[in-house]
Formats: sequence, structure tokens, C-alpha cells
Amino acid sequence: MPNATFFLISLVKCGVVLFVLLTLVAYIQLAERKIVGRMQSRVGPTRVGPFGLLQPAADAVKFILKEDITPDSAHKFLYLLSPALSATLSMLAITVIPIGGGTIRLFGQNTPMQITDINVGLLFILGVTSLGVYGIVLAGWSSNSKYSLLGSLRGASQMISYELALGLALIGPVILAGSLSLRKIVDAQQHYWFLLPQFLAFLIYLTAAFAETNRIPFDLPEAEGELGAGYHTEYSAMKFALFFLAEYINMITVSCVATLVFLGGWHGPVFGPAILQAILPLFWFVLKVCFFLFLYIWVRGTLPRFRYDQLMAFGWKVLVPLALGNILVTSLIVGLLA
Amino acid sequence: MQVALFFVFATLAVAGAVNLLVQRAPINAALSLVAVMGALAVLYLLLGAEFIAFVQILVYAGAIMVLFVFVIMLLNAQPDPSSHRSRVARVIGIPVLVLLVVEFCGFLATQFANAPVRMGEYISSTEELGTALFRRYLLPFEVTSVLFLVGLIGAVLLAARREDPPVADRDAPSVTRKSPGELVIR
Repeated sequence: MPNATFFLISLVKCGVVLFVLLTLVAYIQLAERKIVGRMQSRVGPTRVGPFGLLQPAADAVKFILKEDITPDSAHKFLYLLSPALSATLSMLAITVIPIGGGTIRLFGQNTPMQITDINVGLLFILGVTSLGVYGIVLAGWSSNSKYSLLGSLRGASQMISYELALGLALIGPVILAGSLSLRKIVDAQQHYWFLLPQFLAFLIYLTAAFAETNRIPFDLPEAEGELGAGYHTEYSAMKFALFFLAEYINMITVSCVATLVFLGGWHGPVFGPAILQAILPLFWFVLKVCFFLFLYIWVRGTLPRFRYDQLMAFGWKVLVPLALGNILVTSLIVGLLA
Repeated sequence: MQVALFFVFATLAVAGAVNLLVQRAPINAALSLVAVMGALAVLYLLLGAEFIAFVQILVYAGAIMVLFVFVIMLLNAQPDPSSHRSRVARVIGIPVLVLLVVEFCGFLATQFANAPVRMGEYISSTEELGTALFRRYLLPFEVTSVLFLVGLIGAVLLAARREDPPVADRDAPSVTRKSPGELVIR
């Protein structure tokens, strides 16, 4: 494929993904406020537009118009760098997520339904999310404020601890599929979802994923009741919005990975005329991702926050040993059957 | 295209390494080391070694350096005070450094002049790498893991060592730290 066409195709795909992603983030946030409102016997936002549907646009305008504050004693460069780092890294992870099995025709070339198809997609996502810690650590340190520093220390230790369980939980399905490529992992689930043989790994992954994205019940880095707002206490306006964006994009990434690795990705009943057959896999994929996003909101409306030492003990003494055991048993069974 | 990218990221790696040495503030030095790791990962990627590249990011940039930054933050490490530059370093150190660099460059030029690494001439896929590691290099691999295990246990032992309270004080209430963040009063 000539270089120019390759760039053009990649540019178009990036544009589409970015548009879908940002719209999705805006509306997940609205959905969250609506659903949590329902759970708490409120109605949520209703004023802007019909059923409050234009609320995200109003929020965006508000973020842009707010005063942009930089504390005097902050480390200026790192203070500026960390929100950008958080947002960039979260978007980078999305680039390897495939949303469908087939290819689409663009500028006379067949191209896979993802921005780039690499052989070690899962490893790429883990690598990029492991860098996400820097955004939090540097934000807290550079703000030069007690609450920020405490929040970022908690955030960093939590993310390092749960990253381990997250990675180990994913090894089970990888052993079954025999590949680190997300596309091949999905293809290996044509007959049955990895959810069945790897149910333990799924539970570990889900728990660790909640901690990795700093969501309730593991939202100690932000803990608005005890730390102000944790590592982004000192941030305002668009800089804060970037952290917000990063958190929600990370939620989407984690949901996509759960869908691809455990729920069979785009596999599902396909029937009907040709047009329906083309759309259905995409529909199944989106449906599964939306289920996980709903689960995030549901849990937020239901569970209280962990205590910090409980969080650490649970990660290291429960999740990591369970995940290691799962790898041992899985590889033993695969080895004996092979 | 690949050559251009190579020079961009090779320059970045060298610049980061030099910055690491020049910086006085520990946090800046640590972050330039992260940049070096990232640039090295891109160089691996340019050679087609995807697995190595992302493991480099995951392990070095994502785990080891995070720990460094974490410690620097926790101890609130201040910039190094400027030392009085010793005369010995200037008189002996600089000539020796120049000598070593020249020798190293000469070695590289004579040994590897006609042997540039080419894409696809070596094992790079995850599967091949795993096979090599667990078949051909099984013994070195296992020995290394034992080494790591020893280091791990040693670190835990050093961190967990606690002075036992004197016998007379045993009944007095004392506050001990059982685990990070957990205060136990007994």
C-alpha cells in the first residue's frame, strides 16, 4: 500500500474514532448522572434540551469558560504536562481495539476495522495503561498541595498493585487463544466465550479494572469526601476536563478489552439479509461494551468506598494469588490436553 | 521513512541520556530516563521486535521508573547541591572517558561495520521468543528467576524487620505498624 494512501486511511480512521469516542464520553457521563439519579430517587439533569440531552454540550462550554488557574508554587511544566499525558495515553490505547471481524473499503484499499492491527495488541494496551500512572503521579506532585500529593500517592500505589492482577488475569485467555493479538483472541472464541472456562479470571479482571480506572468502590485517589478531589484538586477548566476525559476513555478501553477477551467480541447470532449480517456483529460488540459501561454506573450507585488498607490487602493477598493460581491451572490443563 | 524515524528517536534517546546526567533535580533526571526508555522502545519497534518493544515500555517505563518517581515524590528529594569539582576527576576522568569512547567507537566500527541488523533476520515473534526461552535457554532463564526470587525475599525481609519490644514493656500499650497505612494499637 503506498505511503500516501496509508496516511490518508489512518487519518480518516483516527478522525472517526476520535469523534465517536468523544461523543460517547459526553453521553456516558449524561447516562451516569441520569442512572445514578434514578437509583437515588432523583431525576438527574432535565433542563438543557429535551430530557437533558444537550447537557454534555453545556458542560463543555462551561469547561471552556471557567477560569484556568495555575498555583504559584506549582512546577509549571509538569503541571501542564500531566493532564495532556493522561488524555493522550488513554486515547492511544483505543488505537488497537478492533470493532469488527471483517474489513472495510477505504480509498480502494481493504483495511481492518481498527486504527492499527498489531500482533501484540493486548501487550500494547497494558504498556500504555501502565504509563497512565505518570499522569496521576506528576499531577499530584507538580500541584504542590497536600491533598493532591496524597491523592496521587494513593493513586500510584493502587494502580501499580492492581495492574499486576489485571495483567495476570489476562494471561489465562491468552494461553487459551495462543496469541496476544486481540483479533486472534476474538477468533478463538468462535464456538464458546472465554467467560466460561475463565470465569475466575473474568472476575479478577473486572475487579482490577475498576481499580485501574479509579472508579467506586476503588476511587480512593479522588475520594471527594476525604481528599478534596485527590490528584486533580488544583486543576480547573479544560485541564480538569482532560483528566475527566482520560478517566472515561479508560473506562471505555477497559470495557472493550473485557468484551474482546472474555465475551467473544463481535461474535453473536448473525441472521437476516446481507445488510443486517454486516451490521449485527458491530451491534453485538457495542451492546457488550455498553453492558460493561452500565455495570460501572450500576456499581457506582450501589457500593461504598473501600478503606485504603483493605484495598491494598485485597489486591496483593487475594487477587494476585488467585490470578497466579488461575494461570497455573489453565496452563496445566492446556498442556495436558495438547 | 524508517531511517528518518531511527534518527529522530536515536537523537531523542541520546539527548534524554545527556539530560539525565546534567539535571540536578532528581525528578527531572528520572523523567528523562523515562524518555530514554520510550525512545529505545521505538527503536526496537523499528526493527520489528514488537514484543520486546512493549515489554520494554511495560517493565522499564511503566513499572521500574514509576517506582523511582514514587520514591522521589515520597522523600521529596531536593536538587543535589553542587559539589566542588575535584581536580582528580578533571585530570584523570576526562582523558579516560575520551579514551573509552574512542576505543568503543573503534570496536563498533571494526566488529559490526558490515553487519547491520536487518528486519526479520532474528527471532522477534512472541511465540518464537517463548520457545527459545523455555527450550534452548531454559537453565539461564530459571537461574535468573531464582535470582529475582532471592532479591524479592531479601527485600521483604529487610522491610519487615522490626525491633521486638523489651520484655518489661510487653504489657504496655504500644502502637505498631502492621502494614502500610494500618495502625494497630494493642
